[in-house]
Amino acid sequence: MHRFLLVLVCGLAFAQEDPALEKRVHDLSSELRCLVCQNQTLADSSAPLAVDLRNQVREQLKGGKSERDVIDFLVARYGDFVLYRPPLKASTVLLWTGPFILLAFGLLFLVLRIRRKAPPAPELSAADRERAAKLLE
Amino acid sequence: MKLAWTLGIFVALVVLLAVGLRLDPREVPSPLIGKPAPAFELPLLAAPDKTFSQKDMLGKVWVLNVWASWCAPCLVEHPQITRLAASGVAPVVGLNYKDLREDALPWLARNGNPFVATVYDSAGRIAIDYGVYGVPETYVIDRKGVIRYKRIGPVTPEILKEKIEPLLRELNA
Repeated sequence: MHRFLLVLVCGLAFAQEDPALEKRVHDLSSELRCLVCQNQTLADSSAPLAVDLRNQVREQLKGGKSERDVIDFLVARYGDFVLYRPPLKASTVLLWTGPFILLAFGLLFLVLRIRRKAPPAPELSAADRERAAKLLE
Repeated sequence: MKLAWTLGIFVALVVLLAVGLRLDPREVPSPLIGKPAPAFELPLLAAPDKTFSQKDMLGKVWVLNVWASWCAPCLVEHPQITRLAASGVAPVVGLNYKDLREDALPWLARNGNPFVATVYDSAGRIAIDYGVYGVPETYVIDRKGVIRYKRIGPVTPEILKEKIEPLLRELNA
């Protein structure tokens, strides 16, 4: 029991060692995708690889590297796929512009639809006007 | 007119799904293709006091296979790796990933050892440099030490026949 408590206290002490660093690690790994369970962030995942990569992130930030450096390190190995916010380039153009293209199509469809639904008001002949005027009296 | 529209949308959806559902979302294009194989200097699995480096393979076309004894698909692909090694097209180097010697060595004894050498990456640190995220993974590396192909997941007989062997022959030519 004592040993268990000791381990627990040590563990807590270790985790609390540098809250600022831990926050940076957490913030950065929330931006990164875990490649094993692809819809989880590196921060959320408990896959062994995610743990290893989080340790890498911590080690590198502790070693004085910037967030940018760590991101470059991971992208060089795993590709843009690790980023939850992929950069805009030739291969990701569709990803970034796709929703707007769909929106434009939707608007176009809507405009055409509305126009077709509203036929031009029929011209009234002089006789029709007279009839209408009579009815309204 | 309305029927044509409905049919058009239906066909478009079928095509989209037919293509989309066949893609493997786990297969992420590796940025390492065309780049030099990351450097390593790791102890051998069978001889902890000896080390092996990717430099030892310079001048040869070779295959790097990342495996572990705890990895079921590795066992599934093992006959393919064995066949590749036995064909003599290229030497295969094993990288034992996050494993224990007492598990990995009996695994090789049990299933056959096709590797010219197996390096022991117990922490999985070198595997990170190789962008490994799921064992098994297999790399084809050319004479200059440049990665030419990467397979994520088990090597199937089709992949061996249609991708890896033709590439090895081409690189060896």
